[in-house]
Amino acid sequence: MIPELAPAKACAAKVLIADDEPNIVVSLEFMMKREGFEVLVARDGRAALEAIRRERPRLVLLDATMPGMSGFDVCEAVRADADVRSTCIVMLTAKGRETDMARGVGAGADAYVTKPFSTRDLVQQVKDMLAKDTAARALATGSAGAGELPKDMPA
Amino acid sequence: MISAPVVVGAAVFYLALLFAVAAFADRRAREGRSIIGNAWIYALSLAVYCTAWTYFGSVGRAAATGVWFLPIYLGPMLAMLLAWIVVRKMIRIAHTYRITSIADFIASRYGKSPLVAALVTLITVVGIVPYIALQLKAVSSGYLLLTASGAAGGGPSPAWWQDGTLLVALALALFTILFGARHLDSAERHEGMVAAVAFESLVKLVAFLAVGVFVTYGLFDGMADIWARAKAVPEMASLLRLGGTGGAGAFGYAQWFTLTLLSMLSVLLLPRQFQMMVVECVNERHLKRAAWVFPAYLLVINIFVLPLALGGLLLLGPNGADPETFVLSLPLANGATGLALFAYVGGLSAATGMLIVETIAVSTMVCNDLVMPALLRRQGRKAFSSEVETGSREENASRQDNARAGGDLTALILNIRRAAILAILLLGYLYFQVAGEAYALVSIGLISFAAVAQFAPALFGGMYWREATRAGALGGLLGGFVVWAYTLMLPSVAKSGWIDDGFLTHGPFGITALAPERLFGLQGLDNLSHSLFWSLTVNVALYVGLSLWRAPSGREASQALLFVDVFARGHATATAGAADPVFWRGRARPADLMALASRLLGPDAARQIFEEHSHESGVAVGTDLTADARLVDKVERRLAGAVGSASARVLVAAVAEEEPLSPADVMEILNEASQLRVYALALEEKSRSLEIASAELSAANAQLRTLDELKDDFVSSVTHELRTPLTAIRALSELMLDAPDMEAPQRQEFLTIIVGESERLGRLVNQVLDMAKLESGHGEWHNADVDLRRLVRDAVTATTELARSRGAQITFEAPDAVPLLRADPDRLTQVVLNLISNAVKFVPAEGGRVHVSLHVEGDGLVVRVKDNGPGVPEGERDTIFEKFRQGGDALTRPPGTGLGLPISRRIVDHFGGRMWLENQDGSGACFAFRLPFQPDAGAEGLAPAASEPAGKVEALAGGNTREETP
Repeated sequence: MIPELAPAKACAAKVLIADDEPNIVVSLEFMMKREGFEVLVARDGRAALEAIRRERPRLVLLDATMPGMSGFDVCEAVRADADVRSTCIVMLTAKGRETDMARGVGAGADAYVTKPFSTRDLVQQVKDMLAKDTAARALATGSAGAGELPKDMPA
Repeated sequence: MISAPVVVGAAVFYLALLFAVAAFADRRAREGRSIIGNAWIYALSLAVYCTAWTYFGSVGRAAATGVWFLPIYLGPMLAMLLAWIVVRKMIRIAHTYRITSIADFIASRYGKSPLVAALVTLITVVGIVPYIALQLKAVSSGYLLLTASGAAGGGPSPAWWQDGTLLVALALALFTILFGARHLDSAERHEGMVAAVAFESLVKLVAFLAVGVFVTYGLFDGMADIWARAKAVPEMASLLRLGGTGGAGAFGYAQWFTLTLLSMLSVLLLPRQFQMMVVECVNERHLKRAAWVFPAYLLVINIFVLPLALGGLLLLGPNGADPETFVLSLPLANGATGLALFAYVGGLSAATGMLIVETIAVSTMVCNDLVMPALLRRQGRKAFSSEVETGSREENASRQDNARAGGDLTALILNIRRAAILAILLLGYLYFQVAGEAYALVSIGLISFAAVAQFAPALFGGMYWREATRAGALGGLLGGFVVWAYTLMLPSVAKSGWIDDGFLTHGPFGITALAPERLFGLQGLDNLSHSLFWSLTVNVALYVGLSLWRAPSGREASQALLFVDVFARGHATATAGAADPVFWRGRARPADLMALASRLLGPDAARQIFEEHSHESGVAVGTDLTADARLVDKVERRLAGAVGSASARVLVAAVAEEEPLSPADVMEILNEASQLRVYALALEEKSRSLEIASAELSAANAQLRTLDELKDDFVSSVTHELRTPLTAIRALSELMLDAPDMEAPQRQEFLTIIVGESERLGRLVNQVLDMAKLESGHGEWHNADVDLRRLVRDAVTATTELARSRGAQITFEAPDAVPLLRADPDRLTQVVLNLISNAVKFVPAEGGRVHVSLHVEGDGLVVRVKDNGPGVPEGERDTIFEKFRQGGDALTRPPGTGLGLPISRRIVDHFGGRMWLENQDGSGACFAFRLPFQPDAGAEGLAPAASEPAGKVEALAGGNTREETP
């Protein structure tokens, strides 16, 4: 749908949900759609990485334990790929051990959320993260533009 | 018959060969690839016992007296029976205390007494010189015989052959000096010499056998022929009987006994035997083989003695030739000149072997026990101590001084030995010249045997009797020697006609009771038995009497302990070995000891001793100001190897301030040592048990850690499995809570999910608890006789509805009746239901089929549940029974907890059965389990006894065998 793909609309940011538990996907999908995001779904690690490279979502809700390629592996692969490096990643895990947390942070996740999570908190976290990301991008493009057109800049 | 140059050439060639063999062995020894470290060489080298006396004399004796040559070889055979007990102890003592001669051995035992050493050496020299002369005589008369056409009496030029014998003596002196006294070896081993002697033993054996075969089978038609023809001659028939020497008819028991005893002793006590058997022994274990090879050698070399003697008498006549030369004259007279020459070389080898070894042994004794003590007493002792003192003041200077002086002293000792070698051989030559014609070969040999037999009480007594003293040894040796000289040596000299032999019959000064061969009227014995009887009686009486008269001194007592208990030490572990007693008290400076050792052993060897010591004691070289007793003992032992223990004792005493050792001190030191030993052993024991305990602990620890990790993993997995449904429940509930206006279908969907996930949670909790119970062994089992056929059929019926709802069909196949099992029916139902519902979950939506079968296989029942689903992927087959491993793809996978199969497997295991996944070629999965009628002992042990009353166990066994009739 063309309107949803329009880049000007900030709230229509693309969000990828990667989880192998169908019922969790149902809840996450409902949640993200309610907030107006465009939602993509991947059922395992490999599909998630493909979707990230192809669809370039702004943010990924990534389950840590998926069959085949784990969430940690996906996270590392994304950070190692220059094209998609800036993707925001929220790692979701049902394993609450400190070692698992450390591994998630080590893999380069922006946030680490333990299941079961509060839906409100998760939505808020996603929103904040995207806003921060938007600001950072704007700053990057803004300064680049300033370099080209110095006359337009106010003194 | 053979020209002189040929004989001389053969002899020279043979000696050159001997040099080559010895040189080769020495070179190999230097390269560290010894060729004598071998039991065969050792056994052959012992055959140095067979001298020219054996080679020529046995035949002579057999020709004169029949089988009387035999005891000389029966004795050694008997002696070798005791080798492992007696000789091994001698070897162990000699090697432990670096004893290098029999004089040293005896002297060392009696407090390292120089006097005892000198006395033993003197007896040896007096007793052995005639024996050496005998060998030279054999060489020369053999030569004479070969070159003078068999005429024993008149050679072409007596002056020439006399010089020839001298030349042989000189050549052997050269050989012995080269291979026996080249360097001062503290172990006093001579590999080249041993190899040459072993080689000689082979040569003489082969040569003698060759002559024997030639005569027996060449000149006669075998032994039977010789026997038959000898019996026909009346004078010779007596030779075939076991009678007295004179052929008097009665068997000479006393003489047999004497000869056997004498040769038994001499095979252990002759200097050359001691040298070969004890000093040159490389490895105690070689003795085991030598104990039968050496007697076998003696047996073989004696096979042809009697045939040769009889054959010689038959062919050459009683007066035709000297029987002692039959070995040469028989081939010669029959034209076999080549064989005669070979036989001569054999005789030469028998003679030279004996000469070389005897000379080395005796020269070592003369040097260490006669010359060195004299030198030390005269000026050496002062010179030693003063030089040592000046040397030790300035460390660097002393090193150089010592190196120079040490070299001089080693050379001095070696030169003494060389001179002794030459002197002994020349003395033998002289004796041969003076008395050569006087005796038959055998008599000379026996006189020597009787002389060395005097060592027996002191030596063997010393090895086993702690109370024996120096006075006893001295008295016994001296008394025995005097009686020997008076009753055997003197009469034989008289019989040669040098002195008036009137006193033989009438006694000295007309006192008949003192007649040398009938002492105190003892008659009826031959002179040898008579002499041996009196000399050994006096010897033993004095030895025992004087030993008992006074208690041993401290030094005697300590040496007695070291000798008698030699096996009690050394072979224990290293720690305990360090607790061996050292019987020395006093003060010595390491520098003085170093200087002393350098002077006698050379600086390198000296440094090595000190390095060894510091390695063993853990003290760095040169850091300790006073030498401890162990170092002093070490140095003294090494010196003993070079100059004999008596001289070594004197030398060490000269550089150290010693405290005299009382018998009480000896006991004290011994007690300390044995206490130390006990402590050391206890310590070892303790450390061993500690090691074991620590190993057990660490194993237990590792096991605990593994268990802990497993538990951790389990908890982590359970947590994950619990959180996943909880996540969906919480998320969906929150979403519904936030949106009261949610559309009904949406709400319906969410609620359905919530209910499903709640059920999943409940199931999971139940199964986790179940699993935990099973794993901890606290599961409850209500065993009963189970008809598995009915049980499986009920399970199939129960799941049929579930299957139908999924469009699947279940079929059941079983025999009409199966034997009963003893098991918990509810648990087994759980297993079967789990397998069937798993199968139903995985079958395709259309045309799903599940086939359940039950069979009797061997002594058990097998249940199979087969489906037509996707099957288990290759990679998951190994892990399918692990906890939380669910089969299939997460997306398509039916709901499950991942605990069903592990629980089922545990239940089956509990009843002694087995569950497995059968190989299916791509057409679905087939799970199977087998339950035995009779669980084996191991499986029975798994069953918790508490849940099974003891009385029911009997019934269990009966139930297992009972067959249910249809």
